[in-house]
Formats: sequence, C-alpha cells, structure tokens
Amino acid sequence: MKVDFNIDIHHLPRVEGHGNIHISVKEGKLADATWEVIETPRFFEMMLRGVSAERASFLTSRICGICSISHSLASIRALERAMEIEPPKAAEAIRLLAMHGETLQSHALHLFFLAAPDFLDMPSAIPILHSHPEIVKAGLSLKELGNEMSIATTGRATHPVSLVLGGVSKAPSKQRLKELKEMIMKRRPALDKATDFFRTLTIPEFVRETEFISLRNGKDYPFIGGDLVSTDGVVRDENDYLQMTNEYLVDFSTSKFTRLSRQSSAAGALARFNNNSRLLGHHAHEVAASFGLEPVCHNPFMNNIAQLVECHHIFENAETLIDLLLDDDLLEIRTSYKPKAGAATGAVEAPRGVLYHHLETDDNGKVVKADCIIPTTQNNANIHYDLHALAAEAVKEGKTDRETEKLCVMLVRSYDPCISCSVH
Amino acid sequence: MNHLGFKIGKMKIGSFDFTCCEGCQLQLANKESTLPDFLGLLDVRNFREISSEQHDDYDIALVEGSITRSDEIERLKAIRAQASVLVAFGSCACFGGVNSLKNRIPEGEAIKGVYGDKKIDTMPSTKISDIVSVDFMVPGCPVSKEEVERIVVGVVTRSLNNLPKYPVCVDCKQRLNTCLFDLGEVCLGPVTRAGCDAVCPSGKTACLGCRGPADDINFSSFLQLVKEKGLSQDEMREKLTFYNGFADYLDHES
Repeated sequence: MKVDFNIDIHHLPRVEGHGNIHISVKEGKLADATWEVIETPRFFEMMLRGVSAERASFLTSRICGICSISHSLASIRALERAMEIEPPKAAEAIRLLAMHGETLQSHALHLFFLAAPDFLDMPSAIPILHSHPEIVKAGLSLKELGNEMSIATTGRATHPVSLVLGGVSKAPSKQRLKELKEMIMKRRPALDKATDFFRTLTIPEFVRETEFISLRNGKDYPFIGGDLVSTDGVVRDENDYLQMTNEYLVDFSTSKFTRLSRQSSAAGALARFNNNSRLLGHHAHEVAASFGLEPVCHNPFMNNIAQLVECHHIFENAETLIDLLLDDDLLEIRTSYKPKAGAATGAVEAPRGVLYHHLETDDNGKVVKADCIIPTTQNNANIHYDLHALAAEAVKEGKTDRETEKLCVMLVRSYDPCISCSVH
Repeated sequence: MNHLGFKIGKMKIGSFDFTCCEGCQLQLANKESTLPDFLGLLDVRNFREISSEQHDDYDIALVEGSITRSDEIERLKAIRAQASVLVAFGSCACFGGVNSLKNRIPEGEAIKGVYGDKKIDTMPSTKISDIVSVDFMVPGCPVSKEEVERIVVGVVTRSLNNLPKYPVCVDCKQRLNTCLFDLGEVCLGPVTRAGCDAVCPSGKTACLGCRGPADDINFSSFLQLVKEKGLSQDEMREKLTFYNGFADYLDHES
C-alpha cells in the first residue's frame, strides 16, 4: 500500500530549546525530512565585545541553563591561554570536579526526565513517579548528587559563582569534601538501580555511519582541554577549532551547521566514548561492555547508554579527585594576573559534547572578538541527516505515521540537544 | 489536600520560555529531596521542557526569558489572556537580563557579526512587563528554588507573598563574609534586592545585581561609596548594566 503522510512537530517537547521536525511521505516514499531550529538568537558573541576578561565567563555561563559550568570554564580556559595565566593544580582539580557535577546532573536530567518517558510510553516523568517511583527516585538522587558536587565546587548548581580567571575564588571546605565523598558512596546503589532499569529498555536498532569528534589528551577521559580528534583519524591542535567545525548556514535554521570529513559529524557522550573508551574507569568499562557498547558505535540511540556509562566513570573519578583535594592544603587556589592582549581557544567537553570558545583580548584585557561553537551546533547536521535515513527506513519497513513519529522524536532526544545553547 | 483545616486545590500551572537559557525553569526540577512534595502541589498543564502533554487551561503562568522577536509578542499575549496570574520568572523576564547587552550594538551590526548576510528577525531585548501586565516578579539569574517553593506554597495556601525589601548586604553580613569592598572590589550588594542568601559574595565574587534594586535604595550614596574607595567607575558601570536591573537609576543619573 502506498501511503502519504506528513509529520509536523512544532516546538518539540522534552528537549532544551525550540526545534521543529518535518517529515513528508508521498506515495510510500520519503519526500523530505528536516530538523529545523527556530530558536531566537541572543548574539552572545557580539555582547561579549568590550566586556572585561574578568567578567566574560559570568556572561558566557548564561548561554546555557544546563551546562553553565562548561561555558564558564571554556571562556576561562580561552582567556588563561590567551593571557598566559597558569591556574594552581588544586584549582584545576576543583574545576574538573565541578565539570563532573554538571555532567552527572545533566545526564541524569536527560536520561530520566527527557528520554526515559519515551521508552515507557509516558508524556513525562511525572506519571512515572507513580508507576515506577523507585526509578524516578534513583534518577533524582543522581541528579541531586551532581548538583551537590557543583554547589560544593562553584557555589551554585546553575551559573557558577566561584569559577574565576586564574583559578577559583573559594575552595570547598575539607568537611564539605568529606561529606561529598560519603554521598557518592551512598548513592552507588541508585546508580546500579538506574543501570538495571536501562537494561530492561529496548534501544532502537539504527545505524548511519558518521564521524565522531571529541577532545583527547591521552591521559584522562576528557573533560577540559586537549587535542581535537575524530574517529576518521583527524587530529588537530585546540587552537585549530575552526578547521574541525567548518560552520555553515542553512536557510531553515537559526543555528548553524558544521562538518568535517563527511556530510555531518557528531559530538557528545557517544563521541567521547568512541574516541576515548580505553581511558574510562574500570567499572565504567565493564558497564559499557555489558550493554554491548564498543567503539566505534554508530547507533545514535546508544548515546543514552554512553551517558549512563559516563555517570559510572564520574562516580569513580570524582572520588579520586576528592582524595587529591583532601591531601592538599587548599591555600593556593588563585593566581594573580595582569590583563594583556592575546587570543586563544578554550575547548571543554560539555555534557553534550565538545564546546569551543575563542576569545581575543586587547591590552586592557577587554574582549575584542569572541566566537563560541556549541556541541548541539555540531550535532544539527547529524540529526538532520539521521532523521532522513531513519524516516526512510521506517517507511520502507511499512511503519505507520505514528510509529515513524515516535522513532523520530526519540532520535532527536537521544542527542540531548541544547537548542538555546546552539543559537546563543 | 488540607491545610490548617481548609481544603486546598492543586495549582494549575504552565511554564513558558522565550529568549533565554532555560536555567530558571530548570531550577523547578532542582532541590530533588523535596521535589515529589513540591510537584504534589502542582497540576502541571503545560511545561514543554519536561512534558509532551500540553493543555491550555492553566491559571498561573511562569514566563521565563525576554522578548526579542515579533512572534514572541503574540505568544506572550495569548499566555496573558489565559492566565489569571502571570509571573515574570528570572532576570531576563523581569528586567531584560543579560540579553539587554545586545541593545548597545546597532541591530544590523549584530546580525552581520554573527550571521553575515543571512536575514534574521530580531529586535531589542525587552522585559515582559513592556508587552503585557505582570502580576508578580521572581528575579534572579537563576531564580532561587527555595524562594520559588516559598512563593508556590504561598499561592496554593493563599497566604501572603512578598520578596525581601532589604538589600543583599543584610544577608551577606549575617553569613559573616568579608566585605568585598574591603578587598578592593565593587559589589552591588548594598543596592540589590536580597532573597538569594548572598550566594555570590559568599563565594567571594561580587554581586552583579541579578535581582534588581531593593526597595528604597540610596543609589547616590552607593555611587559616592565607590568614588570614596577609589574603585573603578568602569567596573561599576559594567556590573550595574550586566542584568539591566538598574536601567532606571542609570538613566536618572545621566
């Protein structure tokens, strides 16, 4: 039977920001599939001009309500590299712990509140609170732990207070660090429960080969700085981010698109895993294997599982970082500096993938030029072409419009897009 | 549900975002330990960020973000027409927020700087109350969940709701922090509305005024203080304009 149908989803729910999906099927064949970003632009790159280096990270953190710590640290890293400021070791450990907190919070929010309802055929996590209370509670308990890590290290869960140029303005107390360590240990059962729950879900089987881009430093599972690498073998210096992204405009989106060696590429947990899986903690590695997650995995729905694996890594690594901080006297946490002219890139692994801020300063340390390239911007093209391939496959298999629609929204949500961020 | 022997209903709520980072709405899902109880007070009718179930029979609308595009005006007016109570939620909604920093740049220049020759629909960032009437303001970047909980409980139990009238300095002193002025920094604590538990100065960074002016502030005395301490006027101006909360005072000064 040759079917005709259109899928038009305006302001896709359960994602951050505003995006639309359009699918058109004519006489049993896919005619069109579009990922349309219609978010209002805020022009952060222009707002940054004239802002002091000291204040810049307080402005860029406002690009995103979910990954404000990543934005803050990308700006700080760019400016520290531009002005040759060396933050103390303890401050670096505090910053990494802050990133872990943000990633855990963000992954838990996505996995339990945004993604899980699809797998259980529910409109949101609120009814799941009644049908599977222990699962939502486990998710909340992980999210709370992530937020507690961010509050302890930066003063607040969203829009960090104490991340500053040259280090951090305040270190967590030893008492707070000990409490945090205990909290991590106590919440392991919640993570195991969450992991068991994800084992019961059916992850759609869909593969479209693509190129995965992330940071890599060869020592740690990446979060702050390093080489820019891809699964197609590209390796570039952090400052050469423009050659990694090649941004271009499309007429149906207020967010730009990017590409590298292929038509599109992907960033995020799955990309980090595909480029760095051997650097994961021992237990995280085992969890990945138990889900059959192996590099290079080209199923975008497995990004959910890669996020879960990263939660395990964060549990392991956060404990190591806390031990390191407990052994430090925490007296040297901030380096003083003199503003000067310079330009550099700060790249960090935000929860949704590699994030670049490139900042240029004048002699007084005022920002004269800014460029921010967001993970979701780097995923837009991949989402767009994945939608096309997935819808074509669904139609070929004779799936109905409702079945096709469900798969398409699940696909977009698997990328955990942060749309306001991508438009900034 | 009963409260002090009176039967109370759930609050039919909608949460909407305009030009913003969605960080204020995200705070609604924070403070996880009390979240199930908090949700118990609410009948969430429309909240796109967390639910695909959307109805238009909400009584109370939380509106996050500022207005920067013509289609947002129509959407906001429709929400106003439906809601009995419209709450400006966060600094972007209350004052225009950091988005207002783009208003310093000529529109054409901003578009060209980011998009080149592509046609982009945008207008100067405006606060919600410039477009529709606002019943209550919850300032903050982001809003504080503790304060939101207090306000929601107040609305549900029909008790009094007020933001603190005094400045951040009062809370900061109670937390026994070293004054940032004594460390040579301009801090907006003396003029900014309290209610955030002085979170920024407690983390040893200056208050940037995200909650806007407190009631009856002595603005000229604040300007005098910065002058007397010999602190940078440039730094003070950057801080006062950060969230656009002091626009009226600055207009008055100049």
